[in-house]
Amino acid sequence: MPGKLKAKIVAGRHLPVMDRASDLTDAFVEVKFGNTTFKTDVYPKSLNPQWNSEWFKFEVDDEDLQDEPLQITVLDHDTYSANDAIGKVYIDIDPLLSSEAATVISGWFPIYDTIHGIRGEINVLVKVDLFNDLNRFRQSSCGVKFFCTTSIPRCYRAAMVHGFVEELVVNEDPEYQWIDRIRTPRASNEARQRLISLMSGELQRKIGLKVLEMGGNAVVGYLQCFDLEGESGLVVRAIGTACTLEKLSNSSAAAPPACNSPSKDIKEPPFSEDPNPNTHSSGPSTPLKTQTYSFSPSKSYSRQSSSSDTDLSLTPKTGMGSGGSAGKEGGPLKTLLRQQTQSALEQREFPFFTLTSFPPGFLIHVGGVVSARSVKLLDRIHNPDEPETRDAWWEEIRQEIKSHARALGCHAVVGYSESTSICEEVCILSASGTAAVLHPKFMQEGCLDGYSDPSRLEEPSPPSCGFCHIPYDELNIPFPAHLTYCYHCRRQKVPDVLFTTIDMPAEAAVTGKGCLIQARLCRLKKKAQGEVNATAISNLLPFMEYELHTQLMNKLKLRGMNALFGLRIQISVGENMLVGLASATAVYLTALPTPGGIQIAGKTPSDITYEQHISNMQKKINDTIAKNKELYEVNPPEVIEEVIGSPIPEPRQRSRLFRSHSESSDEVSELDLSHGKKDAFVLEIDDTDAVEDIHSLLTDTPAPAGFYSCNTEIMPGIYNWTSGLQMFTSVRVFRLSNANLTNQGLNKIFNDLCENLLKSLYFKLRSMIPCCLCHLNFTVAVPEDELIQVAVTAVAMTFDKDQAQENWKLGADKTHMKAIVENEEQLQFPLELCTESPSTNPFSPCRGTGLQESANAHATPRAASVDYSSFADRWSSWIELIRLKAQTIRRGSIKTTSSLEKASPLPEGRSRSLRSTRSYAGSTVAVVKMTPLSFIPGTRIIKYLGIINMFFIRETTSLREEGGVSGFLHAFIAEVFAMVRAHVAALGGNAVVSYSMKECVFMENPNKNQAQCLINVSGDAVIFMRESELEATPAPPQTSCSGGEVTT
Amino acid sequence: MGKMSVELDVFVGNTTIMDEEVYQFWLDGYTVADAVRVRMEGGVLQECEASAEVLHSDTMDQFRTFQMCERLLHCPSKLANQLLFQIPPHRQAMLIERYYAFDDAFVREVLGKKLSKGTKKDLDDVSAKTGITLKSCRRQFDNFKRVFKVVEELKGSLVENIQQHFLLSDKLARDYAAIVFFANNRFETGKRKLQYLSFQDFAFCAVQLINNWTVGAVDNMVEDMDVDLDKEFLQDLKDLKVLITDKDMLDQHKSLVCTALRGKTKVFNEMEANFKNLSRGLVNIAAKLMNAKDVRDFFIDLVEKFIEPCRSDRWTAGDIKLFLTHYTNSVHILDTFKHQVVWDRYMGVVKSCILKMYHD
Repeated sequence: MPGKLKAKIVAGRHLPVMDRASDLTDAFVEVKFGNTTFKTDVYPKSLNPQWNSEWFKFEVDDEDLQDEPLQITVLDHDTYSANDAIGKVYIDIDPLLSSEAATVISGWFPIYDTIHGIRGEINVLVKVDLFNDLNRFRQSSCGVKFFCTTSIPRCYRAAMVHGFVEELVVNEDPEYQWIDRIRTPRASNEARQRLISLMSGELQRKIGLKVLEMGGNAVVGYLQCFDLEGESGLVVRAIGTACTLEKLSNSSAAAPPACNSPSKDIKEPPFSEDPNPNTHSSGPSTPLKTQTYSFSPSKSYSRQSSSSDTDLSLTPKTGMGSGGSAGKEGGPLKTLLRQQTQSALEQREFPFFTLTSFPPGFLIHVGGVVSARSVKLLDRIHNPDEPETRDAWWEEIRQEIKSHARALGCHAVVGYSESTSICEEVCILSASGTAAVLHPKFMQEGCLDGYSDPSRLEEPSPPSCGFCHIPYDELNIPFPAHLTYCYHCRRQKVPDVLFTTIDMPAEAAVTGKGCLIQARLCRLKKKAQGEVNATAISNLLPFMEYELHTQLMNKLKLRGMNALFGLRIQISVGENMLVGLASATAVYLTALPTPGGIQIAGKTPSDITYEQHISNMQKKINDTIAKNKELYEVNPPEVIEEVIGSPIPEPRQRSRLFRSHSESSDEVSELDLSHGKKDAFVLEIDDTDAVEDIHSLLTDTPAPAGFYSCNTEIMPGIYNWTSGLQMFTSVRVFRLSNANLTNQGLNKIFNDLCENLLKSLYFKLRSMIPCCLCHLNFTVAVPEDELIQVAVTAVAMTFDKDQAQENWKLGADKTHMKAIVENEEQLQFPLELCTESPSTNPFSPCRGTGLQESANAHATPRAASVDYSSFADRWSSWIELIRLKAQTIRRGSIKTTSSLEKASPLPEGRSRSLRSTRSYAGSTVAVVKMTPLSFIPGTRIIKYLGIINMFFIRETTSLREEGGVSGFLHAFIAEVFAMVRAHVAALGGNAVVSYSMKECVFMENPNKNQAQCLINVSGDAVIFMRESELEATPAPPQTSCSGGEVTT
Repeated sequence: MGKMSVELDVFVGNTTIMDEEVYQFWLDGYTVADAVRVRMEGGVLQECEASAEVLHSDTMDQFRTFQMCERLLHCPSKLANQLLFQIPPHRQAMLIERYYAFDDAFVREVLGKKLSKGTKKDLDDVSAKTGITLKSCRRQFDNFKRVFKVVEELKGSLVENIQQHFLLSDKLARDYAAIVFFANNRFETGKRKLQYLSFQDFAFCAVQLINNWTVGAVDNMVEDMDVDLDKEFLQDLKDLKVLITDKDMLDQHKSLVCTALRGKTKVFNEMEANFKNLSRGLVNIAAKLMNAKDVRDFFIDLVEKFIEPCRSDRWTAGDIKLFLTHYTNSVHILDTFKHQVVWDRYMGVVKSCILKMYHD
């Protein structure tokens, strides 16, 4: 009996009128935990009852503490008939189980009913007394901290990064019974909410146990998802990164780094076999190492069989650094380092990390995006206690990801995430991440003394280019790529384009600003059932991946940029179509070569008008590129071409060259065929399909003046954020008329949908100019036959325009490094292996995170056998082809020239936000900020209070009366926000960071006047303080910000 | 379009986004389409390269938000305590103030009327007459009624009660006090002869009456103190009749006033000729006020019995002021008149009201 949970019901307010006769309510409260229920007295005839109850005490196992929510039900007493439920509050008490998180939950919670929404508020007080549990074989994992944040949480230091943790639990979906009308919708919804809450708790507990086994104390980048498999059941699954975190005290700055010299173990060459550079050679591989589109009926898999399924050999000792490349990469030490990391990582089944940004030094190189998708047929989960099938599915996908990473010369995957899309009985499982080479120190114990604190500021910054350097063997590039010498250090090879799923490393040098890029695609498919359907989907996927990739590449070139961060490709399945949406943040990495332009080529030189048309098109593209460069301030310094290896124009030829000269790889660069000019992307205009491509390419309108947007945490190139902050969620559902839609027509619609949504956002937020929409993440779904749903959650943040334009170059590195140091604290690796670092930086060679990714390749589906003639040509000749029909392209040089100067008629963000801060102070309800980012500009997070993970169902049978579908969903989203804020405030917090809406499943039946929606949100509750306040108060009292209380 | 339609479109911010201009359209009872049209004409499109669709979507969102807030606005103190919308306090104040604001044209139509269902049914006529949308008329009417019901039974200052319960600005609270006061006493304000008077004229008069003639003017801790007129005082007003029934007193009063005004006004002759009529008018109004029905006619009586005669003789506002000052003060010199206090309490208000009401 290791814990005592205590709850006290204080008061209620704004209750609904339950008795029409008196216009009043006789309310009482049931408090339930596990199987124990307590009741308060009835507080008669009041809409603002003051129960002021005794402390209700529950003596429970900590296992239950983790799994169960505290369930509070407010009822109206009725002498003659059954008591009517007013609504419920579920309180997750997990935050109280960790000593470092919240100590009490106290505040006003909205009383929620799945049919009526919020109905008044209730003031509750909850505490937990935990007894020390000496049982080593315990089932609970109390005290393991969970973070949604995908970086080392500010105010902690990563002593150790243990690695990947995953778990899933399955159950039958109670909703299934609803169809049979066995119970009321309310009862069904509540059963479902409760079940999911229980399953989430159980999942978290199980993951916590794994973390404890690994010796960690926290899970960072915790990502929990639901698969509503309908009749097959309900799956709750989660992945995360186990870490050992140490809390940073503000005064710890004194301790100097214990070792500033290379630590010993690095010099000890770990014995490892020679890499086998050919591991990757099976199948056409690409930088977007994605596809294995296997479709298999679920039953055939078991854990045992899955690993042998993959084509690639997974011999654990395979290494990637070949002798030749290692030499270039900085000498034997480097090789050793790498091998060591590798062996550290290879002890793990899956060297995956859900983090997207890292302590300096963690990430050494980045190899590219790796992804895998698989189509499965769902069947009934027979035994909930043994979810083997689902486990096996994911196991298979992960193995594939792992092998893709190996092919890229990497032994780890960072920025890793998993998702599903389900339509009826078909399920697409997707996983993606960024292949990377990591520093071993984070993975090993006992060598973590060499780190420091803010004092690190004085040290040389890590090389800004290290992560860009290729990790794979130049001689055996797993896919065709143009390599050049790094434009920053001129020593190492870099790819011409880099795609990643992570945030841009803080130390990366960029030219100009970044921007959001989206590739959008719809593909019709025939309605089908079972295996036929699954096979059809499997066959379509490679083409979609390929097209999305081509679009991304074209759009990247069109903006004159060379790298993508935060790449997220989503493919959603519907009954008669697939929808693909890829979002990423494009930047110009200074270390990478200037991208060539886009060149249009007619297929066959024919008549003069055709030529004319092509040259017009070419001019438009050139103009657009020029305008974009101006818009995003992409003005790379002139580089002397001769010094660097120039791109190799024709990959086949190049690879032949490589082969013949493999013994002396050092000289390869001299043999590179130099075109002198940067190669241009070639768009070939030949068939109808290309019309849409070129169209979407040129119709993407840039954000209005004063706006920037990105889907990463922050916008590369903007550093001086001010305090204006507006988190929002926007959802749109479009109905396609059943006219005969073509793929092209559908694409246009989808493209317009996304563009219009963006335009709406800009318009809505225009008062915040100059501002940037950060973490702009779109989620697409095909909820019904002719519906496309797009949901977006993001945050608009103001910044100081003037500084942004002039001073960032000076201030940027510093500010940025400061931020890292303050918040992420890390080990430093004072290694000397840094041949690759510029001579000015004597140490800190490999600190640069290395995400390098060469993405210029195309998705080359395995299913290349599909009949799609030009397809194979494309990748083999390694030229980007976009075919284009003669078509007028509107969008002249409208207003791209409008400069930033004109942008803001409004006062600076700073003054505005000051005003609002001041006035907030008078409010009786604590202000809770919400943001999808892991931080709030201008503030410091002083305490993490626990994870927020909430699941709500809302249903209505009076849709019209509630303002139709929009009114219904609008109210529901507002209610969800309100409940999140209330929980955060009750924990004593004033913000939720890393907030995300992971699920928004909307179903309607207008004929029956009904609709239902499920929303799952998560985030980290925190206490933050303004930096200005912190300066004033050296030792901030922890309570000073916890204004969660509301007085009546 | 054609091939697709927006089935659902929502935007929800953690801090609720509200555009004051759009709020006003909503308050004014515009349809979404009308509001979009007016916004487009207003040039908002250029602001952010928006399209009509964008504007429509934005307007819809905001209208929905306002609709959801409306329930809270009915009890403004809830707005500060509710958890559903995170709205900065200064925006809350704006929402409330604008919600309770009313159109002068509208208030003139219902001022002094009973705030009943019957009156509400006639709002479509009011709407047609004033050009204010029926929706807006209903909101304004319901606001009047809601405020009336809440403060009706409360002790203490009317203005303060309104301010406290509805969190209105001082100015708006005073206006509501006037509306409540007029509604409670059912003063006639709608007659053709009163049409020239603005709401602000009446609101000014209301303040005079509330401050001087109500129960609250003597005792500030009773219910309805600012809403009901002081019955005793009204009773006492009968005693003023002696000023016109006692011929000596009337003559003496006249001669005192004439002596004081001689040479000081261009309408002296008209004044002298009309003195007895005017005095009878004012005193008779006072004497009748004990009947509730005649209270209602207070303003129309002032116009008919005093303002119109003066206006037809082309008195200036200065003339009126001069006359009323001496007319009031001269009574103090009448030895036989015993009701100086009542007289001053009566004439103080009447004088201010007439001065306010004497314009074109």
